[in-house]
Amino acid sequence: MFDSQENSTYQLEPVEDNQFVLNLGPQHPGTHGVLRVILHMDGEYILTADPVLGYGHRMQEKIAENMPYTQILPYMARMDYLAALSFNQAWVCVVEKMCGYEVPRRAEYIRVLTTELNRISSHYLWFGAFLLDLGAFTPFLHAFADREMILDLLEEVTGSRLTYCYFRFGGVSSDVDDSFLQGVQDFVEHMRSHLKTYHELVTGNVIFQMRTKDVGVILPFDTWGYGLSGPVLRGSGEKYDVRISEPYSIYPELDFEIPVERDGDCLARYMVRMREVEESLNIIQQTLDKMPDGPVRSKVPKIIKPPAGEACMAVETPRGELMIHVVSDGTKVPYRVRYRVPSFGNLSVFSRLAKGQLLADALAVLGSLDLVIPEVDR
Amino acid sequence: MNNYLKEIFNGLKSLVIGLKVTMTTMLTKSTTIEWPREAAPIPERFRGHIMLRKNEETGLSKCIACGSCVRACPSNCIQVKGAKPEGAKKKAPILFQLDFTKCSLCGLCVESCPVDAITFSRNYALAGPSSEPFATMNLLAGLASPFREESNEL
Repeated sequence: MFDSQENSTYQLEPVEDNQFVLNLGPQHPGTHGVLRVILHMDGEYILTADPVLGYGHRMQEKIAENMPYTQILPYMARMDYLAALSFNQAWVCVVEKMCGYEVPRRAEYIRVLTTELNRISSHYLWFGAFLLDLGAFTPFLHAFADREMILDLLEEVTGSRLTYCYFRFGGVSSDVDDSFLQGVQDFVEHMRSHLKTYHELVTGNVIFQMRTKDVGVILPFDTWGYGLSGPVLRGSGEKYDVRISEPYSIYPELDFEIPVERDGDCLARYMVRMREVEESLNIIQQTLDKMPDGPVRSKVPKIIKPPAGEACMAVETPRGELMIHVVSDGTKVPYRVRYRVPSFGNLSVFSRLAKGQLLADALAVLGSLDLVIPEVDR
Repeated sequence: MNNYLKEIFNGLKSLVIGLKVTMTTMLTKSTTIEWPREAAPIPERFRGHIMLRKNEETGLSKCIACGSCVRACPSNCIQVKGAKPEGAKKKAPILFQLDFTKCSLCGLCVESCPVDAITFSRNYALAGPSSEPFATMNLLAGLASPFREESNEL
């Protein structure tokens, strides 16, 4: 992707026998969105892989420069449609930091509870799609049946199923009721017992092990240079999670672990995500137990005018570290907004991993990176 | 040879374990429902397209045509024109048009309304052969209008 001009795909040298250029995407189910990868192949082996970005570019940063702070909120969910609440949280947190708004305790707990539910649903979608890439259909159906339970729960409180717009500056838009909390409790119990099925069905499976073990190994010295984050980084033995290393919201009060695997292959990334689901269940259980009473929204002015200055805020989305940098000039629209999205960094390592792989393995690697393309292009 | 047999055994074992999961799931209750013969329940806070709330006494809309929702909308999809009906103290809407093709269903208009005049519809089965009816949804349809007589004269 960052190759210099003379290496660009448009000036490929004449190909030898057996060598050809394969265009993967932009309309290909294996790329999970409008990502195009130009593959220079030798038989079934990949010589170079060159991702082409921008098919889903929507000028999110420019749009944000022309809109009041409140109106940018719905756009957040459109960037990463699988983790809309994490993006919601990043945006409300950065504006709250800039303006110094207080957030009631109950609101913070609700935010963490719903975001972790969202994280599990995102991991389940990845689980289904990843195994679909590997040619397994049954796990996909199991994952989606369980994900459906989360979507139903979140729909009950937020009103929508995917592109949530639930958090507000100084709290959340509406309170949760007891039936929702009871539903979450039931879900946690159901999931704790049902996760075993996932491991029986997939983790122990011989074919799955052979397809993922030692495939697409990210070496530890590559991790920081490519700007990796999230499960992709933690699969290579780096213990870095924004929830721990730069805690926000109520995460410092909660007791949870950051799963780390050392191998750096597809299987390690898979294991990190599956263990993260368990940790998210732990976090949800703790927020349920400690859920305080009180208001869910503090009073903030209707028109938000942060003082001139800038603020930066990082949160951990299911895919890794999302950072939002906002510069304000004291008016009601931001002067400049910059998003540092996790999938972009995670995608950049793909060209390196795909080199010398079989095409089928490269798709397994692409799946294990868990990319959301609108977030890469934004 | 020993390894080869072991591989076959392991393969068969994971096949049996996998099939066991499939078989047990086959005997449990189905999670899907057959739309349109049955429909999934819609939650209380479901966000459909917006519609105007009716004032039960008068049959008029509660809208005072202040334009809060127009300003709150990130997608610029609401158009409101208001005027004072004769003898009334407050303004009332002459035109309240929603461009549903642009709407992102964020609900900021509902939250911004000072008189609680906007609410969400519970209609989710919206489909049509052209976008035109959705681009110009007249939300005043079905509500009594204080302007009706005047408009007849015109």
